[in-house]
Amino acid sequence: MQWQSLEHFLQMGGYGFYVWGSYVVAVVVIAAEIWALRHRRRAALEQVRRAVPAAGRSA
Amino acid sequence: MSSVTASPGSSLFRYAAPNVFYPIAGRLVPFFALLAAALAVIGLYIGFFAAPTDAQQGDSYRIIYIHVPSAWMAMFLYVTMAFWAGVGLVFNTRLSSMMAQAIAPTGALMAFISLWTGALWGRPTWGTYWVWDARLTSTLILLFLYLGFIALQAAIDDKRRADKAGAVLALVGVVNVPIIYFSVKWWNTLHQGASVKPGSSAMADIMLTGMLVMVFAFWMYAIAAVLVRLRAIIVERERRAQWVLDAREQNRL
Repeated sequence: MQWQSLEHFLQMGGYGFYVWGSYVVAVVVIAAEIWALRHRRRAALEQVRRAVPAAGRSA
Repeated sequence: MSSVTASPGSSLFRYAAPNVFYPIAGRLVPFFALLAAALAVIGLYIGFFAAPTDAQQGDSYRIIYIHVPSAWMAMFLYVTMAFWAGVGLVFNTRLSSMMAQAIAPTGALMAFISLWTGALWGRPTWGTYWVWDARLTSTLILLFLYLGFIALQAAIDDKRRADKAGAVLALVGVVNVPIIYFSVKWWNTLHQGASVKPGSSAMADIMLTGMLVMVFAFWMYAIAAVLVRLRAIIVERERRAQWVLDAREQNRL
């Protein structure tokens, strides 16, 4: 194991800002896409739900 | 304008019918999503724990585990998007155009990640976040092509017309992809030449392995994200179709 401690790992040999700045932003935008996809799917299903008149939905 | 409608009878166009593809895509999503997550865990483990510090670049090189995969996917997804947009234009298959539309945001995201991580790698390595170098500029143009495609489609109300206009833009923009790829050869760029070429590689095996695993992780993620978006687009566009209403009734949507 090349990292002696968590601090050592986070420092990335002095490049911590650049390495973690890359990874954190990548994770954030991917998470944002997943959130947006979930939202879009729900909105699409909601459109269909509204398009179907209440009478059409037999219990 | 020819109008080939997707009839369930002809084998080639069978899966081009949104109602046939919709449930198939739904079943494929968890498979690709799980594969993406598993590959990312393995790839990042190799990249951060198995692979050593680079002799020249120190630990800043570890950015390549997301930089290279996102850059490759940005180019690959663009070609895929243009291909499906072109198929939609020629054969008038709705699903092909929806596929192109589903790919664009994920492609833009990949282009953004590759530019962002490239900037953060460039600063310690070259001493600058950005230069108007052929590789970087053509990648920025790629991001703008994705955004232009998305904006153009959003601006036209008639979906079929939006598909056609988008397809023309996507196909014209394809010329940018070989420019990105060969830019490091054609011009004297600050960006380094290809580290990975067919049959040879300038990287240590363990670093290359980690990077390739991450490429597959990004690839699988992109497929999962595109399929989820495609399903949402199908529902949005076909919400008045009988099969959508039937599927909703039976809780299969």
